[in-house]
Amino acid sequence: MIKQISLFLENKKGRLAHVCRAMGEEGINIRALSIADSTDFGVLRLIVDDPQKAEAQLKERGFLVTITDVIGIKVADRPGGLAAALDLLETADVSVEYMYAFLGKCGDRAMVILRLNDAAKGLEVLKRYGIEIMEESEAYNF
Amino acid sequence: MIWNEHAECMPREDLEALQLRRLQELVVRVYHNVPFYRKKLQAVGYEPGDITSLKDIEELPFTTKQDLRDNYPFDMFAVPMSEVVRVHASSGTTGKPTVVGYTRRDLDIWAEVTARCLYMANTDRKGVIQIAYGYGLFTGGLGLHYGAEKVGASVIPMSGGNTEKQLMLMEDFGSTTLACTPSYALHLVESLEKSGKDRSKFKLKYGIFGAEPWSERMRKQIEDRWGIKAYDIYGLSEIMGPGVACDCDVRNGLHINEDHFYPEIIHPETGAALPRGEKGELVFTTFTKEAFPLIRYRTRDITTLHDEPCACGRTTVRMEKITGRSDDMIIVRGVNVFPTQVESVLLEFGETAPHYQLIVEREGTLDKLTIEVELSPALFSDTVTELSHLERRIFHRVDSVLGISADIKLVEPFSIPRSEGKSKRVIDKRVL
Repeated sequence: MIKQISLFLENKKGRLAHVCRAMGEEGINIRALSIADSTDFGVLRLIVDDPQKAEAQLKERGFLVTITDVIGIKVADRPGGLAAALDLLETADVSVEYMYAFLGKCGDRAMVILRLNDAAKGLEVLKRYGIEIMEESEAYNF
Repeated sequence: MIWNEHAECMPREDLEALQLRRLQELVVRVYHNVPFYRKKLQAVGYEPGDITSLKDIEELPFTTKQDLRDNYPFDMFAVPMSEVVRVHASSGTTGKPTVVGYTRRDLDIWAEVTARCLYMANTDRKGVIQIAYGYGLFTGGLGLHYGAEKVGASVIPMSGGNTEKQLMLMEDFGSTTLACTPSYALHLVESLEKSGKDRSKFKLKYGIFGAEPWSERMRKQIEDRWGIKAYDIYGLSEIMGPGVACDCDVRNGLHINEDHFYPEIIHPETGAALPRGEKGELVFTTFTKEAFPLIRYRTRDITTLHDEPCACGRTTVRMEKITGRSDDMIIVRGVNVFPTQVESVLLEFGETAPHYQLIVEREGTLDKLTIEVELSPALFSDTVTELSHLERRIFHRVDSVLGISADIKLVEPFSIPRSEGKSKRVIDKRVL
């Protein structure tokens, strides 16, 4: 499973910049990110090249951060490519809690990060039907 | 107008002689009927009969809110439950309310002292009084109610809330006196201004407001916008409820009904009695209460007492408007809120209570309470849905335990400023 950094951020000026600056200072490269927000706060999710170091450094700077296991898939970079994978999950009654795409692509594949309510079952379904699953190392350095 | 000239305008020597006699009787009564007081008095070496002057009261032990909590619900009552005809309760500090009881005679005296206050506020049998204090466990509604019936006013027992209907009935029934919290009085007039109703169709002339702190500035605002005279009524359920004190037309402090409630000012830290005219914590002894008598109850309210004669003719001591508290209780929309109550609610969500802060603001005319809660790793989940759900769960628990709706705001760890390791629990931004 891919280790994702999840961070709690208040909707306050400069918080996001602070996180990105910290990553830069520590030489940590951000590979993918997403933000979910409500009116007062947000959750920032990051895939970075060194999750352990990122977690330690952010904690040291006083951020509320946890590591969450997520799944990475590689789907055909064409209309309907992602839909095919999601259809499989829907049929298997596995729901997607959230998802977001990687920046850039790998060959002719688009890369997407998924957080599922039932990761084991989801993985099994995706693999069974030939959806390519990203290796952990691929997520951190592709 | 003076309701009971004999009691309210008594020469001070006569009043003090009456007070001494009542104090002596009270000490005997609690010594024999309340085990809590017997133990406390014995601990300081006091026997009934040792009181020979009013000054001797300073030797008696204090009673605190914690004592009431320890004796929840009825252990401080001095009469059997068969003599108790009513109970009221106010929100406590840890979820359990503070319970008070009244005998038939207690209710009569309560109506009597409230009647005096209503006369100070120019409300008599010709008056139509709309009571918009809450009816129920809260003492505000029923307390004013029986006093108003005693003076013979026509009572409209509206209870709190339902602003539109309040205004409709106020107009249709021709209410002349309004009784509610000062902030609700402002809310009502604001709604009246917005509604486009014609103020000249209203007969309102007087307001008797209390149950929360308010300033002279706020009084002026209420008087100007409503075009009425506003009076400050003081009380707390532990002592009786509304009717402990009220201000007269002279506006030189609130006359305390001293033949029933004996006030002292003490130093909030040392507990030393302070001379008249000095500012400190207000302490009350209830001379005549049968069901729930209290000796030297610490109100935590900060004020100053004056006993020079008042131009209105009353000789009773006057207390200045309450300027603060010696503990961290805040009053929001008439509801007592202790930070420790919030803490006990937050404890339900994890093993240790997260850091939190209460922020009180006044939005327009109504108080708004925001509770900022520092999110801890144990509470953190990385979906917004779950975090919003957590906010809602805290909201509902606060609502049911404290009886107040507060905005819950999750904040980042260490974002609430700490002083000496402990965070400052309350930020009161209200300009009263």
